[in-house]
Amino acid sequence: MLDQTEGYTTADGRQIGPVLLDLRGITLRFGGVEAIKNISFDIRQGEIRAIIGPNGAGKSSMLNVISGFYVPQDGEVWFRGHKRGPMKPYEVARLGIARTFQNIALFDGMSVLDNIMTGRLNKMKSGFISQAIWWGRAEAEEIANREQVERIIDFLEIQNIRKTPVGRLPYGLKKRVELARALAAEPRLLLLDEPMAGMNVEEKEDMSRFILDVNDEFGTTIALIEHDMGVVMDLSDRVVVMDYGRKIGDGTPAEVRGNQEVIDAYLGVSHD
Amino acid sequence: MAQPAATAGAEPQSIPALLARNADRLGDCPAYREKEFGIWQSWTWAQAAEEIRALALGMLNLGLAPGDHVAVIGRNRPAHYWAMIAAQMCGAVPVPLYQDAVAEEMAYVLGHSGARFVICGDQEQVDKVLEVQSAAPRIEQIIYTDKRGMRKYDHSRMNALADVQAEGRAAAQRLGPELDARIAGLDYDSTCVMLYTSGTTGKPKGVVLSNRNIIETARNTSEFDKLTARDDVLAYLPMAWVGDFIFSMGQAAWTGFTVNCPESPATMMTDLREIGPTYFFAPPRVFEGQLTNVMIRMEDAGRFKRWLFRHYMGVAHRVGPALLDGQPVGLIDRIAYGLGNILIYGPLKNTLGYSRIRVGYTAGEAIGPEIFDFYRSLGINLKQLYGQTEASVFITQQPDGEVRSDTVGVPSPGVELKIAENGEVFYRSPGTFVEYYQNPESTASTKDAEGWVATGDAGFFEPGTGHLRIIDRAKDVGKMADGRMFAPKYVENKLKFYPNILEAVVIGNGRDYCTAMLNIDLSAVGNWAERNNIAYASYQELAGHPQVYAAIREHVEAVNRSVAEDEMLSGCQIHRFLVLHKELDPDDGEMTRTRKVRRAVINEKFADLVTALYDGSSSVYTETQVTYEDGRKGKIKATLRIEDVPVFGEAPMQKVAAE
Repeated sequence: MLDQTEGYTTADGRQIGPVLLDLRGITLRFGGVEAIKNISFDIRQGEIRAIIGPNGAGKSSMLNVISGFYVPQDGEVWFRGHKRGPMKPYEVARLGIARTFQNIALFDGMSVLDNIMTGRLNKMKSGFISQAIWWGRAEAEEIANREQVERIIDFLEIQNIRKTPVGRLPYGLKKRVELARALAAEPRLLLLDEPMAGMNVEEKEDMSRFILDVNDEFGTTIALIEHDMGVVMDLSDRVVVMDYGRKIGDGTPAEVRGNQEVIDAYLGVSHD
Repeated sequence: MAQPAATAGAEPQSIPALLARNADRLGDCPAYREKEFGIWQSWTWAQAAEEIRALALGMLNLGLAPGDHVAVIGRNRPAHYWAMIAAQMCGAVPVPLYQDAVAEEMAYVLGHSGARFVICGDQEQVDKVLEVQSAAPRIEQIIYTDKRGMRKYDHSRMNALADVQAEGRAAAQRLGPELDARIAGLDYDSTCVMLYTSGTTGKPKGVVLSNRNIIETARNTSEFDKLTARDDVLAYLPMAWVGDFIFSMGQAAWTGFTVNCPESPATMMTDLREIGPTYFFAPPRVFEGQLTNVMIRMEDAGRFKRWLFRHYMGVAHRVGPALLDGQPVGLIDRIAYGLGNILIYGPLKNTLGYSRIRVGYTAGEAIGPEIFDFYRSLGINLKQLYGQTEASVFITQQPDGEVRSDTVGVPSPGVELKIAENGEVFYRSPGTFVEYYQNPESTASTKDAEGWVATGDAGFFEPGTGHLRIIDRAKDVGKMADGRMFAPKYVENKLKFYPNILEAVVIGNGRDYCTAMLNIDLSAVGNWAERNNIAYASYQELAGHPQVYAAIREHVEAVNRSVAEDEMLSGCQIHRFLVLHKELDPDDGEMTRTRKVRRAVINEKFADLVTALYDGSSSVYTETQVTYEDGRKGKIKATLRIEDVPVFGEAPMQKVAAE
């Protein structure tokens, strides 16, 4: 499964690098239920990789395996050429993996700015006391981190809501704030769980543009789950298709679209 | 810092010369500020002069020639103002464009001006320029300010503004003498800027304004309002609009005050509060919008606060304007006003960003008397002016102490006015434009041999005060079927003074009676609906709601009552009206970019509605094409109700006849 070649060039001329994350034979069980059945695929440096499939296919579980939240019973996760053992979520975050959630998980009472600042937590080294009395390293650190956060605010064009409590924002903007928080961690690999669910056409277009810009501007590798097929086909370089915990397709959007098993899974045939 | 004294004879005759003077005399004073990454960045006049020179050298390096046109498309940013001055230094003519114009509108202006260089704010503008390149084949170089998303473009004829500056700095030795020679070649007769008028009819025209026009106007009006280098303005109105050019370029260069650029259009209100400008300009809709917001927030406040607000606004209404005009006010009223200032006016002005305001202007449209009085009673010196692009803005303006909502003031310094027999206002001034670019016929029909220019507006001088009053566009003033005067704008303005009504179009030229098509104001009506538990799913549904119709009907009736009082115009009372199912939108061509209604377009587009307004039917089904922000087209369908309104005085007879 492991492809050691140097990568490939996409249709629009982007250079895709070597394998960043390699999943080998992942199996995840909840009691007697097998959510993921022996799935292997890889994500390459600089790639936009989509995971699609009908409801209950195991996509979010897959993302949770990548983010280290679930530990698979079988299989190996290789990140940047090293095998990853069971890890705490914060350890995974330190490796350079950040994510957004299907159901927005922001701090409602805090401002947009503060929410995004929490994404920088792993970058701050000053201790609790130092931060509390705002002295010495804490101050310099906060200024440096704030600058980084301001660049992200500028990038995602949310200057006008900088000081607004997140709870007062409409859904589409909350999604954007969540993306901002994930970006604040300067991830190597960004996991997006249904970034466009529940959005209208205009919001989807905005979000698509931001995802492409993030990939282009920061070179961030992106793995995303999405239901809107139009979006997936436009955005992603390669697509993994899941159905009932199995992998039924893997390839470029065009290849996947022509795959009979994928068509069956989406149009629905009797499983008996 | 004192205002630089103007010494006769040795006066700088171009904006670049004024810049050099400012860098010399006001070197350490802030010239430009822009909020970026959450912090106000600022440049002194000396720093700005260095940046602008580097940019000019860079443009020279790219081959900008004297007489070339340089289009500037972007939001208000120091870099874009610098680009205009840098173009002037090279002997070229800056042509600012409306950044929200769609590609085809842009194509005409780019093609007509024959711009060789285009300065684009960001990727979006670059895309539009590339899209229309075939219509504007003379475009050679694109310079963009914001690098984001630009990496993948073909850069053979494209550069980032910062890179152009860097190359300019590197070429300073080689190109410096050439640049100095070009700057020295600029005089009062060189073209300062070319601005395209929005044009309520026909194609936009390129108004050529010379250094004389801009600098003389800037000097006269700066002295009129005693502007100094310590003033602050917020540059947020479109750069393509002549007002922004006069305030943020002309007057800024003349007096040396600070031009502050907001972080993004969406943060304008926050930035306004942070900067607290001392000199402020806004079209009436900005003031209306703010007042509507204040009123909405007050409705949601607690009972005590509401009482406090009402009580002290009453005091302000009685005392404020008199205090502002320097009239005698009793001690008790002064104390009450002082208390109100601590409790209400001060905090309110601070919230609005008007704490430091010394001079505020509004123009472009008539402002509602209630709105005007509201701001003046708070102690904000809000005044009106009347002007147009061809006059370098200023035709008339209100002197301190002689401010009223229904006049536009006395002639600005240096301006002569006369009124023709048909009521049309003519002016002659140092700011009068040179010509329409490549359009001698229009130039000749607008400006006569003696330099008098027709404004296209009908008006009269008020006996006694000598203030000018504008009634309407001269061409819009018409006659009804029975020969009575028809002045739609007069009635529309009265309608629009109600916060619930955003836009109004009155019809009636050559007809038996007048009718109106109205737009509701979504924020005001939406808030009202929320408080009254009226559910609605869309703009269209809210606009057609029976209770909304009832509220609007009351407004129309009140307007009729007030119109009936004016003998000359009592025929303009509204007999029937409907509420439109969509907002009038510049993207659909129904309004100009400066939000003036295009009557001809509306009459044609909504012909079925107009027919229904006059054939007595009580509802009408219609389909309307709309253009989305990205240029795609769609259709909306609706059945609109038409309601009759009582009229006052003579009119009821005709209503019966019409039914």
